[in-house]
Amino acid sequence: MDAIILQILNGLDKGSAYALIALGLTLIFGTLGVVNFAHGALFMIGAFCAVTLQRILNISYITIDDTQKDFLGNPLKVESPYVKAWFGEDFGAALIDWSVPLAIILSIPVMLLVGYIMERGLIKHFYKRPHADQILVTFGLAIVLQEVVKYFYGANPIQTPAPGAFTGSFDFGVLLGFDPNVIIYPYWRLVYFAFSAVIIAAVFAFLQFTTFGMVVRAGMADRETVGLLGINIDKRFTAMFGLAAAVAGMAGVMYTPILSPNYHMGMDFLVLSFVVVVVGGMGSLPGAVLSGFLLGILQSFASMNEIKALLPGIDQVIIYLVAIIILLTRPRGLMGRKGVMED
Amino acid sequence: MFGLEKQDSRLLIVVAILTMCAPFILNPFPAESALAQFNAGYPDLMQRFVIFGIFAIGFNILFGLTGYLSFGHAAFLGIGSYSAVWMFKLLSYNVVPALILSVITAGLFAVVIGYISLRRSGIYFSILTLAFAQMSYNMAYSVLTPLTNGETGLQVYSNDPQYLKGDGPDVTHLFGFEMRAASELNIGGWTFDFSIGYYLSALIMLASFYLAIRIFRSPFGLMLRAIKANQTRLNYTGISTRPYTLAAFVISGMYAGLAGGLLACMDPLAGAERMQWTASGEVVLMTILGGVGTLLGPILGAGFIKYAENIFSKINENVLHSWFSFLPDGLESAVVWFFARFVGEGWHMTLGLMFMLIVIFLPGGLIEGGQRIGRLFKGKSASNNPPAE
Repeated sequence: MDAIILQILNGLDKGSAYALIALGLTLIFGTLGVVNFAHGALFMIGAFCAVTLQRILNISYITIDDTQKDFLGNPLKVESPYVKAWFGEDFGAALIDWSVPLAIILSIPVMLLVGYIMERGLIKHFYKRPHADQILVTFGLAIVLQEVVKYFYGANPIQTPAPGAFTGSFDFGVLLGFDPNVIIYPYWRLVYFAFSAVIIAAVFAFLQFTTFGMVVRAGMADRETVGLLGINIDKRFTAMFGLAAAVAGMAGVMYTPILSPNYHMGMDFLVLSFVVVVVGGMGSLPGAVLSGFLLGILQSFASMNEIKALLPGIDQVIIYLVAIIILLTRPRGLMGRKGVMED
Repeated sequence: MFGLEKQDSRLLIVVAILTMCAPFILNPFPAESALAQFNAGYPDLMQRFVIFGIFAIGFNILFGLTGYLSFGHAAFLGIGSYSAVWMFKLLSYNVVPALILSVITAGLFAVVIGYISLRRSGIYFSILTLAFAQMSYNMAYSVLTPLTNGETGLQVYSNDPQYLKGDGPDVTHLFGFEMRAASELNIGGWTFDFSIGYYLSALIMLASFYLAIRIFRSPFGLMLRAIKANQTRLNYTGISTRPYTLAAFVISGMYAGLAGGLLACMDPLAGAERMQWTASGEVVLMTILGGVGTLLGPILGAGFIKYAENIFSKINENVLHSWFSFLPDGLESAVVWFFARFVGEGWHMTLGLMFMLIVIFLPGGLIEGGQRIGRLFKGKSASNNPPAE
């Protein structure tokens, strides 16, 4: 029992990331009808927003401290970040410590801008082109974005620690009445799960309870009629692209303490996210979220040692296997509706 | 000729002449000159041209004719390579059984994968094939290590059985003709290499090209085109399209297996990275770059991409400096800095840009580009021939 709970918890953080990316992919596919292979790159850019903020906050000036010696006996050079000088020692240190959550504030405008430029500059011209063309052009764009990031940040993963307050682990088992130290779960993963739940809820609330969201949903169902009613649906769809980019970006920012960002992390997540979208049902937002968590948890179950001993290598292929089975038995995915994105 | 129409036989002859004379054509610069780095006439690269040509020709039979975009074709390439190396390990270094087995195993896998994936169409088909390819890739790295030798890559060791080897040579060969054997011809400053490996691959490429022409012109090919044009209508006329698409999928899988087998014949080493989905993307790009659904396009595209890959990744900053040395210093370093982003390690950047530019501006590929230019010279007004977008 405790092992099962542990695996469910372990699956949650990966599942949250899948769900957030898949949510954005579905939003884009449902509104614009575009298959966006560059969505993983947006996730990656978000992660590098966190790296950038961390670097900015750590910009330092060097003073020579005569009272301390380094190992050669010369006066020690002390690097002190500007933020500490400007905002005071304690607050500055806290700023640096909290750079990852703070990066969300940076990432939202950056991602909205990136999304807007991408949509207006490139995707706009591909609404009517075949899916194959959309896949190829966004795939090319993803490679270009990757290479740009690689040029600026190098090819190695960059450590971006979580704030000190969240570095420990949380003994989840005690809460449920198990022995201590059975179910241990890092705080940050809990934070990530809560964060993604909030974001997902916010996106749904936005679509469900605002006029803007209502128009977007109407446009997803029948674009032409909404256009005939005199609403500029393209403009709203562009905004949705920006929103999807921002969601992917925030997912990337918060994921950095779990996985040190490198330039190809987007591609790694992208293929799986597409599988998630297809399993959930193309064009179905709840389906994307549900299958994201489902596949994340399944993956963590498959990497249990007991199961690996039974079926070696299952952890590597479980997601694809599930996708194949689901597509063959439920051709529209878990929650796809009839007539929506049938081919 | 060979049951081809006049136009097609002319095309076949032209391709045959070009491939046979490739060592001359691709080596236009003397070996010692500064431009020699643009020469592509060495066996290793020429082999890759024709082998990836086979791969792209096969892919075009599926994508060009039926319109089904498979994003997992590299899996068959990898499967072909692995089977070929296993034949080397078990029998001997003779390439014939290796090629036969690689075509057969790739075909078998294609039957299974195609049978399942072709139940869906459009984007679902692409994702299904992608899922299968990623699955094969992951398994080749993990569970199937006894079969694939994991990250090291499958290769032939001296203690492998090689039951039929006898006194045969220790390198891949075709009944005694070693693949690596090459003769050199020096004329003036020029050096031309003629390698057996290249000519074998080129002959196989010509054979598969001939087969592709026959498929394109056959009633079967017509049926595949009909599927691309309007599958629903075909279904309404009472024709089940599944067997046709499956046949096309298997044929193109076998082509890919053959290409993979040939890759292993030229260099008896097979690694899982051949199956990665970027490799699948590359063959899509080759086909699109050349011209989807055209006969010659995929070969052109494959040659172009492989040439660009080779040349771009070879150039480094020193070479750039020597090119732009005529510029004033500050300007020179700026120009060199700019171009250095696209060459050497930055080759992927160029590849990505190429993807985008081709899809955006030249969806019909090089063939369409050539036709547009041809039309320009004939002086026909563009309004008579709207571009095929």
